[in-house]
Amino acid sequence: MEIINAINLEKTYYTEGLETRAVRDVSLTISRGEFVAIIGPSGSGKSTLLHILGFIDPNTGGEYFFEGKNVNDYSDDEKAFIRNKRIGFVFQSFNLLARTSVLENVKLPLLYSDVPEKQWDERAKKAIDAVGLTHRLLHEPSELSGGEKQRVAIARALIREPEIIFADEPTGNLDSASGKSIMEILQKLNEEKNHTIVLITHETYTAEHAERIISLRDGLVERDSKVEKRNMASEFKK
Amino acid sequence: MKFLNRLKTAIVGLKTNKVRSALTILGIVIGVAAIISIMSLGAGAQKLILDQVEGLGSNTIAVLPGREPTGISDTAGLFLDSLREEDIKALLLPSNVPHASDVMPVAFGSSRLSYGNETYQSTILGAGSAEDSNVISRIFDVYPSEGSFFTAGDVQSLAPVVVIGDRVREELFGNQRALGENIRINGKRFRVVGILPKKGQVSFFNFDEMVIAPYTTVNQYVLGRKHFDRIIVIADDARYLDDTVRDITVTLRGRHKITDPAKDDFFVQTQADLAERVSSITSVLTAFLSAVASISLFVGGIGIMNIMLVSVTERTREIGLRKALGATRADILWQFLLESIGLTVVGGIIGILLGGLFSFGVSLLLTEQLGNAWQFTFPYFGAVLGVGVSGIIGLVFGLYPARQASKKSPIEALRYE
Ligand SMILES: Nc1ncnc2c1ncn2[C@@H]1O[C@H](COP(=O)(O)OP(=O)(O)O)[C@@H](O)[C@H]1O
Ligand SMILES: [Mg+2]
Repeated sequence: MEIINAINLEKTYYTEGLETRAVRDVSLTISRGEFVAIIGPSGSGKSTLLHILGFIDPNTGGEYFFEGKNVNDYSDDEKAFIRNKRIGFVFQSFNLLARTSVLENVKLPLLYSDVPEKQWDERAKKAIDAVGLTHRLLHEPSELSGGEKQRVAIARALIREPEIIFADEPTGNLDSASGKSIMEILQKLNEEKNHTIVLITHETYTAEHAERIISLRDGLVERDSKVEKRNMASEFKK
Repeated sequence: MKFLNRLKTAIVGLKTNKVRSALTILGIVIGVAAIISIMSLGAGAQKLILDQVEGLGSNTIAVLPGREPTGISDTAGLFLDSLREEDIKALLLPSNVPHASDVMPVAFGSSRLSYGNETYQSTILGAGSAEDSNVISRIFDVYPSEGSFFTAGDVQSLAPVVVIGDRVREELFGNQRALGENIRINGKRFRVVGILPKKGQVSFFNFDEMVIAPYTTVNQYVLGRKHFDRIIVIADDARYLDDTVRDITVTLRGRHKITDPAKDDFFVQTQADLAERVSSITSVLTAFLSAVASISLFVGGIGIMNIMLVSVTERTREIGLRKALGATRADILWQFLLESIGLTVVGGIIGILLGGLFSFGVSLLLTEQLGNAWQFTFPYFGAVLGVGVSGIIGLVFGLYPARQASKKSPIEALRYE
């Protein structure tokens, strides 16, 4: 079943009369349960594409169908609901609220949901446990390492048990050990919980943790292929 | 998103910026505090004046010479000598004014008192009655602590006798015995027949600094004239107040041969008239000062808008993140609106407390000066109004920044790096 169906997507920025065609013509489909990596050099339009797919920035051309419905047909509030419930987003720069505990950060999406408040703490603790940060529950972001911050961001993306998780270079700011543990969590979510995952990276090694790699160059899809020999961060039972 | 959660989010937002929040609400605090102080002190002043006006008792009617002034520029200088001895006689006739229990003329002027080498500038009050020796005590509620008031006979015979106030006694006699001594008033010898205890202000008269003599003597020997400054009439029952006012008017018009009411050479004032006039003056004054103080509220509101706009810009990233995580436009709008309303309402409450505290402090000082005549009044209505108006200011001035916030796109969370 297709979650994402993009047809001739375009995104053109106009800044001070200057036109930047960040995404020129991208068509792709992503099905439920897939683990896809988007790879490409810096400036090739990876982030721009992910923002369009993740309802964070609108496209300027082409068609985008999410769960079979054209994005233009969603109202503002429906888009907000999709961002909240259907999509989990992990940013390269973490984007945690400063001076706010891990627990409160992870709970943030619940604030905008209809989940009864009584369940908030329990759910947040479960999500924090899934990324192995139970011992940091009441710490603030400034007291955490980069890897830990990214795990908080993943827990926050997980808490609504979204259909699909978008991660924009989640390991980009991390050392290799922390990066490995993030990839382990993502693979585990994909294998065990069947979350669809779209991961951006510019490293081939990291990309090969996915099942499928889409290569971008200058806003165009250069290659879209299955990964022959997947890197597994650890062993899972399928 | 539930309202309660929106409120909680707003409170967390304010707590994270405590110092800024505190500085932001300063304008509102000062504005509300000023208004509460003005209202409290205005109400106290009004009560003080009304108590004095009503000090003569609500059955008191004053007849004044001249026309009732129609405005500030109306000097009403005509007919100031219109009230005469014959008027007293006419008013005393039960067939003319059946419900007048007392009628007393009053004439006053400034006078130089001397005793030996001591001199004192004072007010002399000519009063009394040719028929009733106790009328002064009854009307003004003053009783000599030594000696007594002059009698009806003294009034008839233009006796040079005087009752002196406590302050006058102290200035002229010090610790010496005053009763029975002769003092000079504008050169004329008067014998002191009574001394008043310390009394303070009664209505418009400060009896401590005054001397009282028969009105006949005062007019003849001190002021050198035949008319009165006013005639005080007491109605025997509040029910007959209006009737008595009418009877007085009819009697005096008859005696003065006036047919056109517009040509009246006297006017009749009840305590209620006076009280009403005083209330309206103090109310207008309080309203005017409050209006001036509310300029500070307006300026405070602009300050809030300014800071909220800065805050929205500074927190672009937070807003974008919240939107990326599923916040709707309404969620963001309310978060910022509740922040500004929360700020102004808290500012209003602090302002009310400060204003109440300030006026209470001032009241303590005034009570020391004026005794129990001054009373602290907390303007409950003003307090409710203060919180309400503050909230509305938060709403009005917070709306624009909150709308700006709600319009931000989630991409801004990422772009601001
Ligand atoms: N907001 C923007 N305004 C103008 N140009 C932009 C904006 N965001 C991205 N771009 C441009 O679009 C191109 C693609 O950017 P991006 O999608 O971030 O690439 P990547 O994530 O692959 O490094 C780059 O040339 C970048 O400068
Ligand atoms: Mg990028």
